[in-house]
Amino acid sequence: MNRDTLLNIARFVILILVQVFVLDHVNFLGDLNPYIYIIFILLAPLNINKSLFIFVSFVLGLTIDMFGDSGGVHASACLVIAFFRPVALRSVFGLSYEFQTVKLSNIGFGEKLAYVTLMVLTHHIVLFSLEIFNFSHILLIIKKTLFSSLFTIVITMLVLVLFRRKSDS
Amino acid sequence: MQQIINFLIRNKHSLLFLLLLFLSLIFTIQSHSYHRSKFVSSTNFFSGGIYDWQHSISDYFRLKEENERLLEENERLHNIISVFGVDSVTTKYVDSLSFNKPYTYTKARVIKNDYSKIDNYILINKGENDSIFPDMGIITDKGVVGIVENTTQNYGRIISILNSNSRINAGLKNSNQYGSLIWNGKDPNIVQLETVPRQAALKEGDTIITHGRSTIFPRGIKIGTILNYTLDQNKSYYLIDVKLFNDMTNIGFVYAIKNNDAIEIKNLENLD
Repeated sequence: MNRDTLLNIARFVILILVQVFVLDHVNFLGDLNPYIYIIFILLAPLNINKSLFIFVSFVLGLTIDMFGDSGGVHASACLVIAFFRPVALRSVFGLSYEFQTVKLSNIGFGEKLAYVTLMVLTHHIVLFSLEIFNFSHILLIIKKTLFSSLFTIVITMLVLVLFRRKSDS
Repeated sequence: MQQIINFLIRNKHSLLFLLLLFLSLIFTIQSHSYHRSKFVSSTNFFSGGIYDWQHSISDYFRLKEENERLLEENERLHNIISVFGVDSVTTKYVDSLSFNKPYTYTKARVIKNDYSKIDNYILINKGENDSIFPDMGIITDKGVVGIVENTTQNYGRIISILNSNSRINAGLKNSNQYGSLIWNGKDPNIVQLETVPRQAALKEGDTIITHGRSTIFPRGIKIGTILNYTLDQNKSYYLIDVKLFNDMTNIGFVYAIKNNDAIEIKNLENLD
């Protein structure tokens, strides 16, 4: 149990608690909630065991589902972004990801924003498609995805900037 | 065989992903069908327990509005009950013209409550603007509190039953003998019922209620139980110590009772 593992476990628990107790009750403009618990998936170490990562992401989503009574919606969305995270990383960071020189804690603002946007959009598309689960409501899905994503991205970037680890900055 | 195992090992991440995705899709589909999934639900002991714990904290912040809500509900229910209450026995037919409510209840908040003096008064936050007028009865859900003595536009002053001038008509629950309720100024939990005729059959623990012989309180509002009793000097009347149901030192919300027939009754009484 090194320091990074403990940090990730703490992040896992705290994000779930914040999501369930605070952010699920925001209901901005009626029904918009930011889903910032995916910060755990965004910031997971790049060299993590992939099977473990997929499984932990599944558990993360399932826990949120359990609190929100939403079946397996969050679990699916988390699985998808956990599985496709290497793709997102590669498309944003290009070669520096291939050579494993990227550190998530000290990348530039623009790259960070691109990475977060890509992940959040993917997550929310899966999330709302499954939540609404009816393709005749495709406009509603797109609308909710766009507005919620905007909300989530803003909050996520704020959190990432505010809670940056001092040793790396 | 070897190739199959190799394939499994090579693609273990993707297979795990697909397996879990399949699982979560099953949960999703279950949650969209009528028979909800029992497994992923906030009622299980883990999330249910955490929600319980959260509620036990957040409930304290909502107590006030919750109280308010319950009082409003009570007010409404009291108004409904009063339609079927005392007078329904004598009302032979249901007619919208003759089917008036005999009593109307209005809730009010106590903003000042004395109980340590001899003549105690209670102040409530409602007055003439809310149709609170003198000679209306004041009760809580537990029992009698007092009678409105004075009103302004927005406030009302109540003679508490803990007031040496207070005389409230009260009697036994199981008989029709009655007396008047006074206070000797000693213990805020104990009032005295005097001039109950000695023919009354008393027991310690009997319930004392209002008897509805005035236009102030309807019959049947609880007051307290008999603590002990003695005969007076002439051996003709009982003097009864009554332990109040109300904790008079702790009154938050009260109801004011308006007797809608008060004027009619008083006119009849003043005929001669």
